[in-house]
Amino acid sequence: MKHPVGYGADARLRWTEWLPWVVAVAVFFLLPEYLSLGARVLTYILFALSLDLVLGYAGIVTLGHAAFFGTGAYVAGILAAKLGVTDPVIQLLASAAAAALLGLATGAVILRTHGLAQLMLTLAVAAVCLEIANKATALTGGADGLSGVSVAAIFGQFKFDMYGRTAYLWCLLLVFTGWWLVRRVIYSPFGATLTGIRENSVRMHSIGAPVYQRLLTVYTLSAAMAGTAGALLTQTNQFVGLNVLGFEPSGEILVMLILGGVGRLYGAFVGPLLFLIAQDYLARQFPEYWYFGIGLILVLVVLFARGGILGISDAIIARMGRKS
Amino acid sequence: MPACKAFTWGKGVPDALKLSGVRAGYGATVVLEDVDFSLAEQGSLAVLGRNGVGKTTLLATIMGLTTFQAGRIEYAGKTIERLEVHERARLGIGYVPQTRDIFPSLSVEENLLVAARPGRWSRDRVFDLFPRLAERRSHMGNQISGGEQQMLSIGRALMGDPALLLLDEPLEGLAPIIVDSLLAAIQRLTQVESLTVVLVEQSARLALEMTQEALVLNRGRITHRGASSELLADPKLLSSLIVSG
Repeated sequence: MKHPVGYGADARLRWTEWLPWVVAVAVFFLLPEYLSLGARVLTYILFALSLDLVLGYAGIVTLGHAAFFGTGAYVAGILAAKLGVTDPVIQLLASAAAAALLGLATGAVILRTHGLAQLMLTLAVAAVCLEIANKATALTGGADGLSGVSVAAIFGQFKFDMYGRTAYLWCLLLVFTGWWLVRRVIYSPFGATLTGIRENSVRMHSIGAPVYQRLLTVYTLSAAMAGTAGALLTQTNQFVGLNVLGFEPSGEILVMLILGGVGRLYGAFVGPLLFLIAQDYLARQFPEYWYFGIGLILVLVVLFARGGILGISDAIIARMGRKS
Repeated sequence: MPACKAFTWGKGVPDALKLSGVRAGYGATVVLEDVDFSLAEQGSLAVLGRNGVGKTTLLATIMGLTTFQAGRIEYAGKTIERLEVHERARLGIGYVPQTRDIFPSLSVEENLLVAARPGRWSRDRVFDLFPRLAERRSHMGNQISGGEQQMLSIGRALMGDPALLLLDEPLEGLAPIIVDSLLAAIQRLTQVESLTVVLVEQSARLALEMTQEALVLNRGRITHRGASSELLADPKLLSSLIVSG
């Protein structure tokens, strides 16, 4: 009896795992008018993947993951708008490094706590980052945001175009890299250790696993990924606002992940897709009440599908398997 | 309650484990008081007593899972009472808790591999010790029976290549056929694999049959220490120690 993910599981790619990439490439050719929305969805998929790594696999509950997303966004923006560093690869690397550093520094404190204290500390980190961005107007533009972000051609060859084609493919490439990395982690001994820590950290201590170091490692890795996603947002929007930091984006990405399914890898794909398409549609149809629709979907998922959308599909597949 | 002096078994053989004046518990609550004993390398010790006298706490204290208040714990000549739990495990102390604590979302094989460290024990050697686990290798931790979970808990502790194994009621609530299988495995660990073993067990007779030495705890203090065979040969003494103890 094989299980879907984990160290001892069959790590070979199943055909269903190619589906998201086939769909993503098909969207590029078939729905060119939606490439900007597509790039935004891909950015949030990368952000959700980073959150899934800490929440779904390591069991670290956080309400402050936007601290890393926002740090990545601002580092890319400041490099481009204030320091004249327009190379997108350098921007991404710098953003990932800055977010990783923040993750390492804050994780060193946060991960020594548990439960409510840990949750509050993650929230506090995001709040402090928001306030720093708000006050450091010379660098960040404060409440007005940071404009004048210019991004050079990728690898000196591919310019960001107004149709969003380059941005879409750039985001797709980075999401693919992030997915590959997360998949490697969860199918590794390190990934199995994270599952053990999530389920019983005391027992993991007792079998010789340095729990704190493992958590700090995955937290830092996750922060780097979130920072990369933030930098992607800056590069595709060519603007950074305070809305990338604080509680709201942290809460939204959590909602997206819960919608898709926490700790399921592909829940990080389904959640942002559903959330952002619903947001796009509802905001056009009901500009004042669009969040009501999102809230309703969330209530239904929490009441009837604890494992998120993917949980429903897993249950249906399991039921069909039992019948056959 | 008779006063007991510090006691060392297996004279002439180096101590694997030595506790001196240990006081420990949970938070401010003291469970163990003034616990002194030594256990020689490759020795085996049964810890007996009624429910709630501190047997599990004694093992948890050696492992570093309680609030240590006073005293000294030495393992293989090193003072370990201030070490982190995982550092003690890496020094060679394996712990099989009463609750087994199998990771439900990991397969049997993964439960073993997450604990693997270089040494004498490998997944295949554990499967050789417990062939039933090999048959269940792909099953999830929550899909196996209680006896299999107990085998897996012992196997997982062995994967860390321990020289000292702490077993907390490994036979509790298991079917007789599983108990026989586990007893054979524990005997192999003590006699063939030369592990030092501390065994907490409700069934005093089974524990004494499997060990060289025994101690009896009452209200967190040691009230009797001696050879297991002596206690086994004197059921009245054993009964009086455990019932009155």
